Amino acid sequence: MSTSVTPDAPAPATAPAIQGAAVRRGDRTFLGLSRGAGILILVLMAAIAAFLIWKAIPSLQANTANFFTETEWKPDADPAFFGIAALTFGTIMTSVIAMALAVPVGIGIALFIAHYANRRLGAALGFITDLLAAVPSIIFGMWGLSFLMPQMQGFLEWLTTYFGWIPLFANDLGIFTRSIMIAGVVLAIMVLPTVSAISREVFVQVPREHIEAALALGATRWEMVRMAIFPFAKPGMISASMLGLGRALGETIAVALILSANYTINWQITEPGGNTFAANIALRWNEAGPIGLSALVASGLVLFVITLVVNMAARLIIARRAEFSGANG
Amino acid sequence: MAKRIDVNDLDIYYGSFKAVEGVSFSVEPCSVTAFIGPSGCGKSTVLRTLNRMHEVIPGAYADGKVLLDGEDIYGSDVDPVNVRRTIGMVFQRPNPFPTMSIYENVVAGLRLEGGKRSRAELDDRVESSLRGANLWEEVKDRLNRPGSGLSGGQQQRLCIARAIAVEPAVLLMDEPCSALDPISTQAIEDLIDELKERYTIVIVTHNMQQAARVSDRTAFFNLAGVGKPGRLVEINSTDVLFSTPSQQATEDYISGRFG
Repeated sequence: MSTSVTPDAPAPATAPAIQGAAVRRGDRTFLGLSRGAGILILVLMAAIAAFLIWKAIPSLQANTANFFTETEWKPDADPAFFGIAALTFGTIMTSVIAMALAVPVGIGIALFIAHYANRRLGAALGFITDLLAAVPSIIFGMWGLSFLMPQMQGFLEWLTTYFGWIPLFANDLGIFTRSIMIAGVVLAIMVLPTVSAISREVFVQVPREHIEAALALGATRWEMVRMAIFPFAKPGMISASMLGLGRALGETIAVALILSANYTINWQITEPGGNTFAANIALRWNEAGPIGLSALVASGLVLFVITLVVNMAARLIIARRAEFSGANG
Repeated sequence: MAKRIDVNDLDIYYGSFKAVEGVSFSVEPCSVTAFIGPSGCGKSTVLRTLNRMHEVIPGAYADGKVLLDGEDIYGSDVDPVNVRRTIGMVFQRPNPFPTMSIYENVVAGLRLEGGKRSRAELDDRVESSLRGANLWEEVKDRLNRPGSGLSGGQQQRLCIARAIAVEPAVLLMDEPCSALDPISTQAIEDLIDELKERYTIVIVTHNMQQAARVSDRTAFFNLAGVGKPGRLVEINSTDVLFSTPSQQATEDYISGRFG
């Protein structure tokens, strides 16, 4: 006779309760930690902004010139007068030159490593770009000053001779050192590894299906790049450029070494002179009086805002086409 | 126009590894030929040599002749890019360009051909291609929406529309239904039936019933042995191959004894 299952057999004591609190301790801890970290970032940002504003107020009150349009920087004079016009010009000009050179070249390098070079060469070059991105900026500054600047003389003279009719490249002084142009080129070389390392990361993530889809339609390699890789990688390329731009905008020591700092807005960018926010802070901090320090903080606040605006603009560009990004494909 | 394919003694290599050996067969214009066989037997590899897509993989090359209406696509003066413009391909996973709208996906191949086309001409081609892929009614009101927003089956039909928009001579399909649900599969199979009036179709499938349903001729591929290259065991009209195969291996495979 077979044993029958007793209908009223007790349920196993260890049966998991279906009802009841669903939150486990691990989940809760992790939620707390991650939420805390998220809040901490916001608090830090706010604290930095508050600090900068607080420290900047005395100089802004003492200033007798227009902070935004004045080019001179004499915060410790009596009465204090200073403005950020020349600094803004120098910062943006050096960064624009840097980006104009670094973004196309950096993306080209990344493209070559990711999709043109054979595997071994690509790996080696990728490794080298990653290493270059980690070289401290003072090294670039020294190299730019002692090696690149003399080397660029001939080129800049040629540029002025044949393209001097473009106001940007005119040079009335006949001196081609310590200029915004050279600072921009050094910055370009400095941000180049950043741009190319991040772009390369994005390029190798393009799904094989998209690449094959383009090739199977009869795309040449370059058409495939434009059809499948660039559209997919666009947000990444923008991020890479923005990170590079952030580095260029904030770069201090290399620029401070190269520029012969003055406070003029000179569109003839191969002539010596110019200054940037970061370099100015580094050069003036030690010799500044109380109002001088406060004025430097005020200029730092502007740099802070510029970087924030640049980054938010980049986010907006990325978000606008989010629906067509590869992420939801 | 649809063209015929003749493959003569084709060997396919990945670097020093010989993946497929001694394949010869012919495909008539405006017919459907199915490739079946166990995984890893080289049927997809053979398919990809028909439009030189296997060369995309570093180190891969083929040795032998593939004639498209008598013209060797491996000739020394032949650009693989032109081969791929003549022989379209649909992949296992639907792969519309995610950054393009439905409209732009369809005209992607036309844009590669260059030359100026009027907007009206492009509109016409988009409509006829999407109608050809049985997708027009479903998407005509949202041509400017991203292609990646469609369902898997719709995406695959979009890929077919993209492939036929350039009016290829041959359409290659690499397991086009393996990522799709039965209803979408049915839609694609119906579509294949319509497409063969205008195109020569070669389809790789894991699904023997599908091969039996859609194809006029079926080719059975198998490995010569473990670690040995794949080979074409037999090719015959689909009815004959499934009812009275000439090779024991074919019979074992279609009766489910292996694979």
